[in-house]
Amino acid sequence: MRPFDYARADTTSDAATRAAAGATFLAGGTNLLDLMKLEVMAPEALVDVTRLDLHEVEATDESGLRIGALVTNSDLANHATVRAHYPVLSRALLSGATVQLRNKATTGGNLLQRTRCPYFYDTAAACNKRDPGTGCAAMEGRNRILAVLGASDHCIATHPSDMAVAMRALGARVVTEGPDGGRELDLGDLYRLPGDTPNIETVLSDGELITAVILPPPPAGAQSYVKVRDRASYAFALVSVAGVVAVEDGRITSANLAFGGLAPMPWRNEAVETALIGKAPSTETFDAAADILLADAKGHGDNDFKIPLARRTLRRALRELCERAA
Amino acid sequence: MDVTITVNGTERKLELDPRVTLLDALRHELGLTGTKKGCDHGQCGACTILVNGRRINSCLALAASHDGDEITTIEGLGTPENMHPLQTAFVTHDGYQCGYCTPGQIMSAEAMLREAAEGWPSYVSKTLDADPTLTDEEIAERMSGNLCRCSAYPRIREAIAAVRDARNATKEAAE
Repeated sequence: MRPFDYARADTTSDAATRAAAGATFLAGGTNLLDLMKLEVMAPEALVDVTRLDLHEVEATDESGLRIGALVTNSDLANHATVRAHYPVLSRALLSGATVQLRNKATTGGNLLQRTRCPYFYDTAAACNKRDPGTGCAAMEGRNRILAVLGASDHCIATHPSDMAVAMRALGARVVTEGPDGGRELDLGDLYRLPGDTPNIETVLSDGELITAVILPPPPAGAQSYVKVRDRASYAFALVSVAGVVAVEDGRITSANLAFGGLAPMPWRNEAVETALIGKAPSTETFDAAADILLADAKGHGDNDFKIPLARRTLRRALRELCERAA
Repeated sequence: MDVTITVNGTERKLELDPRVTLLDALRHELGLTGTKKGCDHGQCGACTILVNGRRINSCLALAASHDGDEITTIEGLGTPENMHPLQTAFVTHDGYQCGYCTPGQIMSAEAMLREAAEGWPSYVSKTLDADPTLTDEEIAERMSGNLCRCSAYPRIREAIAAVRDARNATKEAAE
């Protein structure tokens, strides 16, 4: 690991100031320290934000939930309100990593974790995300876990989070503070697609710190998180579907769906949801939604299987959700 | 930089490079070599310790970031003269082959039993709202952060289940 300066922030403005001057935020550190040991990331300074007062989960005035950015993945998964009213989020969190990691990993850090593309991790390989302009070894390489939606000719990395997929389906918003003040944005607007600058992953400016995630009131209907992976536990998603579906009188009345393992960000396509509204649950209905989801899907060899797998996973998720919601 | 941590009940003051992880501080600065370095990347669980009562991978934690925290290592759980029930159970049930992953397995198992007692669900729990029953499947899922290259998993689960049963019996007797 390269040497770095370490400072502990006492206030969010102190943290923002230090980060604006070049320091990297340290929260749980489970991804950052891993990358620093490999020298994939080599920050000259860390600003430790773990002592900031961002550890609470609170009800909002709108009957939703405000989740402090430093709430650990374990505490969020186990929170009574989340278990009772946002089970898709509990399930997504519990499907990710291990208890040891979830006890350290934070809400804000989970959103900002880096891809697990093997070429991003291999400092001897070409990678436009790690080292802009060097190319992308994944295009012709071992791209089994990589993206089939939203990628570009410069990068096919996937966003690895399960938590963010559930939050996207729930319509979460992200609250930030920075040197220029704070803002609130839709989780979907936090991320940037790779285009020709895959090294720039979010819209956050230098020094801008995620302070909370806000969930709207619990949605009507059944919730589930279906994750398909290479082994039964402790593996990233090949495909995952976070779903919230309501059914009345034999017709789907609302559907909120987000997808993991397919794209450089937790993926949501409102046209997929619109196609389901008013329809009776059936394989034809689900396949029509999958057609829309996968219309622009593009495989790169090893990951071609993800396209039919995504269709089958969506079918399964919708069938189970519609049965439970009916 | 100055870092003060409480390890197995004793306050320890250390002067460390900011790069030093809790794992390296325990092993190299404090001579507590019971905590093992396996992968050093949070994948194997050999370095599992308790921080403020919760299990973490000590290889992915900067000591500086844990200034003021309370740490429990395998040395604080039991001694050769006074073994922890999990240590006894691992011996009785032959829950290892080479033994390298064992301290991490035992730290993780102790935390796991406490988590279940607190009602934490897991990915394989059928519901999120009932107290979990630690079936073999639940134990396997909850211990998935601890790898055993000798693949002693069946005996590891047996050893943990034995302690689960003993604690359940004690709890029932108290009720």
